Amino acid sequence: MSKRLSRIALGAVAATFMAAPALAEDLVIGLASEPTSIDPHFHNLGPNNAFGRHIYDRLINQGSNQELLPGLAESWFVTDDPTVWQFNLRQGVTWHDGEPFTAEDVAFTFERAPNVPNSPSGYGIYLAQITDVTIVDDYTIQVRTADPYPLMPNDLSTVAIVSAHAGAGATTSDYNSGEAAIGTGAYRFVEYVPGDRIVVEANPDHWGGAPEWDTVTFRPLTSAPARVAALLSGDVDLIAGVPTADIPQLADNPDVVLSQGVSNRVIYFHIDSSRDVTPMVTAKDGSEIPNPFLDVNVRRAISMAIDREAIVDEVMEGIAIPAGQLLPEGFFGVSENIEVPEYDPEGARALLAEAGHPDGFRVVLHGPNDRYINDAAIVQAVAQMLTRVGLDTEVDTMPRSVFFGRATGNEETGSEFSLMLVGWGSGTGEASSPLKSLIATRDRARGFGASNRGRFSDAEIDGLIEEALRTVDDDARAALLARATELAMERVAIIPTHFQVNTWATRPGLAYIPRTDEYTMAENVVRSE
Amino acid sequence: MADRLLPMTVFIIRRLLQSVLVLAIMTVIVFAGVYAIGNPIDILISPDATQAERERAIADLGLDQPWYVQYWVFLGNLLQGDLGRSFVFNEPAIQLLLQRMPATLELAAAAMLISLVIGIPLGMWAGLRPHGIAGKTIMSGSILGFSLPNFWQGMMLIMIFAVILGWLPSGGRGELGSFMGIESSLFSLDGWSHLILPATNLALFKTSLVIRLTRASIQETINLDYVKFARAKGLSPRRVIFVHVLKNIMIPLVTIIGLELGSVIAFAVVTETVFAWPGMGKLIIDSIFVLDRPVIVAYLIIIVMMFITINLVVDILYSILDPRVRLADIKA
Repeated sequence: MSKRLSRIALGAVAATFMAAPALAEDLVIGLASEPTSIDPHFHNLGPNNAFGRHIYDRLINQGSNQELLPGLAESWFVTDDPTVWQFNLRQGVTWHDGEPFTAEDVAFTFERAPNVPNSPSGYGIYLAQITDVTIVDDYTIQVRTADPYPLMPNDLSTVAIVSAHAGAGATTSDYNSGEAAIGTGAYRFVEYVPGDRIVVEANPDHWGGAPEWDTVTFRPLTSAPARVAALLSGDVDLIAGVPTADIPQLADNPDVVLSQGVSNRVIYFHIDSSRDVTPMVTAKDGSEIPNPFLDVNVRRAISMAIDREAIVDEVMEGIAIPAGQLLPEGFFGVSENIEVPEYDPEGARALLAEAGHPDGFRVVLHGPNDRYINDAAIVQAVAQMLTRVGLDTEVDTMPRSVFFGRATGNEETGSEFSLMLVGWGSGTGEASSPLKSLIATRDRARGFGASNRGRFSDAEIDGLIEEALRTVDDDARAALLARATELAMERVAIIPTHFQVNTWATRPGLAYIPRTDEYTMAENVVRSE
Repeated sequence: MADRLLPMTVFIIRRLLQSVLVLAIMTVIVFAGVYAIGNPIDILISPDATQAERERAIADLGLDQPWYVQYWVFLGNLLQGDLGRSFVFNEPAIQLLLQRMPATLELAAAAMLISLVIGIPLGMWAGLRPHGIAGKTIMSGSILGFSLPNFWQGMMLIMIFAVILGWLPSGGRGELGSFMGIESSLFSLDGWSHLILPATNLALFKTSLVIRLTRASIQETINLDYVKFARAKGLSPRRVIFVHVLKNIMIPLVTIIGLELGSVIAFAVVTETVFAWPGMGKLIIDSIFVLDRPVIVAYLIIIVMMFITINLVVDILYSILDPRVRLADIKA
């Protein structure tokens, strides 16, 4: 336990270093996964969003802990009409080609972002609430929604602002070639060689001041051992996604600095709580039985049977935080009343017996084996823990290309699985994101419960989430989200196991300020001497 | 002359017709296979996406159609020379592959060069002096080359030459030099410093193969009557070995080298991943992970065509190296 805490504290130490006065220098970053495009509106994907932030600003930026910071908008507020948000734009900002930035560019961005052809995952979801955009003057813009919508700043903090003059009619290819890759960000686009490198250079005219590094080169190094070797050989200054197995060794290496921080990603199990018969549960003799997970006590017993401390210490090598809710402490909408469920195999047995399963039943657990840190090993560990309370278990893990399709299943029949491991990172950095997607009742029209693979449904919790999404007052909304989380955990809508902790490694003299959104960004690299 | 040219033309045409059939079968299998694995949207889409956004993306990429309809659309586009756009990059699949092809080709060329330059002399030595210490060492060494796992071997090369000694970079492609309008890392010093480790990694297995093949062929040939006759005639040992024996052992070597060149190009996946080499192998493995079907199909079409061409060239070389072989007799 103390070992774990000291490691996580490392990240906090790194975060306290202050950036030294600018010394011109180049930075080479080894990325674990490669951005798929320079077009910031083509593919809503972690690596793309992280890279895009170097070239393009947002109206509202997200800090290292996903706190909202002024970006191209200096201030924002709800007008007297509760359905209208106003954004006051920064004056004197220029694009990388020297043109001035105005409200026209913002309006153009809102038009383009949802409509990029062939986008496999678009940004329309963050703009869907907007019914009307009004340019008040060059530096003031208003957006109208159908109902009061408090999450507008969070949503807009995910949408990159592109220029109207370079972006009009530009295709994704035009951005990839650099022709249209004109932003207002701290770095300018230089070169994109797919599979090999992306290079950006400092934009000395950036409104936030000239950035720390002269040029930054991003190199995709998808093989984890090769990434570590690249750092050790001095070819790169920073790597993301340090494999947990290598961390103890690297921690003892004087030529490596580790920086760690908790992420917004909770690892949890969906549990089928809607179907009368669930596909992956049978009696021990293989005969069909009614879905035991419909009973909240059985779901609670499963949760009590999971030794979260053991998962963190043994499977994750101490580099994770046991979870009892949807986001780690410190995030908006997190409840202070929720404890991490205690490991209690005896209690779990008793609950199972009480619920009419004294002899247990048979369940197959599913999970991906190439998506989250040590994902397959976690599923195996949990299966063993369930065996200990009297269930027969089987584990079936598979590549994510197969897993996610089967886990989501089709609209009518639902998931092909009954108990499955998945992770959720809260892109908006607050609790409504997991509540709305994982726990709210599936509702196509409103986009609720889109990833609710267990099809959990509870009218009281739905009501709280809906009310929160209408409540503009921050304190009141936080309380509603916390209350919804408490009820969801009490009724075991999903079973969280732990929060992921991410590790970056740098060469001596540098440190990385960890980000909860798991992004790897040049501005978070600081000198530590 | 005509009596040689006509059968060759017939032979080539017959081969090409067969290739079209192979390609057609391959694309059907890949289409149905990728469709059976899953829907790429489930991997590509952001978890935040609503049901409506998911449906929009599926329809945008044409994935809402049954697979045979998608295949029909693909065939129609193929006949117009369009292999489709990558789901992930939104660029034409063929363009993505052609972008990466030079990197793979130069890696394959360097690896083949290394394996021939090292493998043939060592193999000849081991074949001519099978009982000497050197010969035995070479043969034992070649077992290592066969049995070391490619991935581990690559990591060891990086550990030794990049991390411990610090002589060479750990990965990536480096600066490109330009020669007669062709850009390649073969034409710059920095390029070679990046190329040498992955090329060696890829070449070790092939070198062992070439050593063993050369040795076996030498030992087989050295006792044949024509060699004895040449010696009896008083030709110098050098001329016997380098002209008469070498020319005869080239036939099996050419066959194997030809096929191996194909496999070096097509299956350098592990080496490219370990050394972050931006070639086609790395692209295809990434594409398979996310079920980027247009790229997978385009890649396989290119690879199948490459193997067909290599086989064709090997057969033609055969008939040149050994006048007894007539193309008309080779069952295509």
